[in-house]
Amino acid sequence: MRDVCVVGVGLVDFGELWEKPLRRIWTEAALAALEDAGVDTVDLVTIGCMSSGLFTGQEHLASLCVDELGIAGVPAARVESACASGGLAVRTGFAEIASGLSEVVLVTGVEKMTDVDGAEATFALGTAADQEWEGFHGITFPGLYAMLARAHMARYGTTREQLAKVAVKNHANGLLNPHAQYHLKVTVETVLGSTLVADPLRLLDCSPITDGAAALVLASDDWAKAHAKGRPVVKITGSGMATDSISLAQRDDLSELKAVRLAGERAYQMAGRAPKDLHVVEVHDCFTIAEIMATEALGLFEPGGGGPAVERGLTAIGGRVPVNTSGGLKAKGHPVGATGVAQVAEIVSQLRGEAGQRQVQGARFGLAQNMGGSGGSSIVHILEVV
Amino acid sequence: MRVGIVGYGAFIPRRRIQLEEIAKVWGADAPAYRKGLQLNEKSVPGPDEDTVTMSVEAARHALARSGGIDPKDIGAVYVGSESHPYAVKPSGTIVAEAIGATPELHVADLEFACKAGTEGMFLSQALVKAGEVKYALGIGADTSQGAPGDALEYSAAAGAAAFLFGADEEKLIAEVLHTYSWTTDTPDFWRREYMHYPRHGSRFTGEPAYFRHTKSSATGIMEKAGMKPSDFAFAIFHQPNGKFPMRVGLDLGFTKAQLETGWLSPWLGNTYSGASPIGLTAVLDVAKPGELVLLTSFGSGAGSDSFVFRVSDRVSEVQGLAPKTRPQLDENKIYLSYGQYAKLRGKIRMAE
Repeated sequence: MRDVCVVGVGLVDFGELWEKPLRRIWTEAALAALEDAGVDTVDLVTIGCMSSGLFTGQEHLASLCVDELGIAGVPAARVESACASGGLAVRTGFAEIASGLSEVVLVTGVEKMTDVDGAEATFALGTAADQEWEGFHGITFPGLYAMLARAHMARYGTTREQLAKVAVKNHANGLLNPHAQYHLKVTVETVLGSTLVADPLRLLDCSPITDGAAALVLASDDWAKAHAKGRPVVKITGSGMATDSISLAQRDDLSELKAVRLAGERAYQMAGRAPKDLHVVEVHDCFTIAEIMATEALGLFEPGGGGPAVERGLTAIGGRVPVNTSGGLKAKGHPVGATGVAQVAEIVSQLRGEAGQRQVQGARFGLAQNMGGSGGSSIVHILEVV
Repeated sequence: MRVGIVGYGAFIPRRRIQLEEIAKVWGADAPAYRKGLQLNEKSVPGPDEDTVTMSVEAARHALARSGGIDPKDIGAVYVGSESHPYAVKPSGTIVAEAIGATPELHVADLEFACKAGTEGMFLSQALVKAGEVKYALGIGADTSQGAPGDALEYSAAAGAAAFLFGADEEKLIAEVLHTYSWTTDTPDFWRREYMHYPRHGSRFTGEPAYFRHTKSSATGIMEKAGMKPSDFAFAIFHQPNGKFPMRVGLDLGFTKAQLETGWLSPWLGNTYSGASPIGLTAVLDVAKPGELVLLTSFGSGAGSDSFVFRVSDRVSEVQGLAPKTRPQLDENKIYLSYGQYAKLRGKIRMAE
């Protein structure tokens, strides 16, 4: 297996991009990454996108997008694993280069979610749940994560305030990220006073509806070193992926995200690293409880230790292991298919020392964890600066 | 020739429903709505009140302030509304007949979501200015519909305002100094034929629709007039809820004091075609000669009309000649339960 590096990153500013169609948002991110890498041809394009069909009525996305970019003819594939579609696009590009099939791959993720109203968006997102066991009975994602939160609170004593502190931290980080959808300061009181969505989760525990795209250029180690031009070379040293029952009803334990644990273990093993080695981490905080559970499943903290950790500031910038320096899904926004790619882009920026005001000093090892649905799939990447 | 308002009047129904009364039916978060939309209660039309009857009331109040204009001299009547009682058959003919303006006149019903009222005002002043008619009556009136449980149900209200335009120097209450309109095709809110309730693009109704159009329109007219916010004594913006008009006004550099007099929506709700025009009547009720007034409407779809008025000496003579707007809003209220409200708004399916 060949070593694989990230040689370019590109993001659009996340938000309600009403003036731009899906293909334009995607193309802007793709061009930014290609320019960052200094390349104009690639061997393959991967696109992570959860549901362009339900959000915009458009499928056959890979051909549509590469044509808009002006490179029709190139091999291109759209991949889907619900909200982990972006992570899957990264892993697909990684595998292509590691196997020797491709030399340079444009990895992208995109979602255009604001062309439909709230009810239609909720339905589209709900297709990531198990329709027969969950969706048909009326539950939506806030309800599923509320059940996970209840289970976690019951087992470990995780508190309502600890959940709020995840939102407070991530919004504080979002203030430092120019690409973030929200630039607003949030306090524990504002979280606890926001509209109740699904008890115990409130509005400010939930990630938003977002339009956005993110892109990376991956290349072989040889190519990356030959084209580094003095910039730090960031290598993907571990890629782990795992699945779990989509429906919560089929799981043994609701206080743990098993797919995240398994994907993490596989990534750590490939990279030859341990949780204690990490300097900066992006996790899939679609709801505040998800960040707490993901940090535990990744071994950053003991089971039940995620809540106290955020309360003690261990996951803040300047803490023991900063989590979601980008603002996370909570503040940066959650264009579902783009999220997994944007997470890796944040880690690359941190490892390159290009993260501006939110830079974690001396960061050399980072991890990005992407998740589908309520944990039915998860993809973890470990990156290192060489 | 100076053209302006020579008579004005408003009508607000007595019935009200409070935000909490609606919210409790739907299990909604009333404090969040109260804070987020800055709405407390809204007007509701009674069993014998509709767009036509409210238009007639407002028109009669306008005539009462006109200094004895003969209704037969009114050459045009325009009723702007998105809740005309008939899909086919004009409201304006009933109004014109009721005030004694028929038969020698031009009548039309107008529709442009929430800005049909200022359209009638624009056409009226333009026809007078062109010398086509002696007087013209522009009315904005609505008994707006919000689907049960929808966010619009907390705001969709009822009311009317009427403005007589003319060019008699001695009758001028407020002269029209400038007009300006800003229009694009922006589908933020709509109701198709045979649909009972309108649909809206939720958050899309904010920045790309309301704020972009009202800001462009208000900025445009001030540039055209060579004026700035501090030149005005009052500014009135379309008020779909309590929050939007105050925010756009403050964003443009107006002060709360300039905005508050015509800011009725926190206690009136959104009277659609009547909204900013009723706000103007509340301003004229207290305005002093020489003061400048900015009026900026908004209609989904989308467009915004702006007017700059200069209040004339006659204003103080006419303010007391018909019911003022604030007392209609603040006094003699009848509070409804949701059940009574549902009955009056035709939301209960009856035996066929």
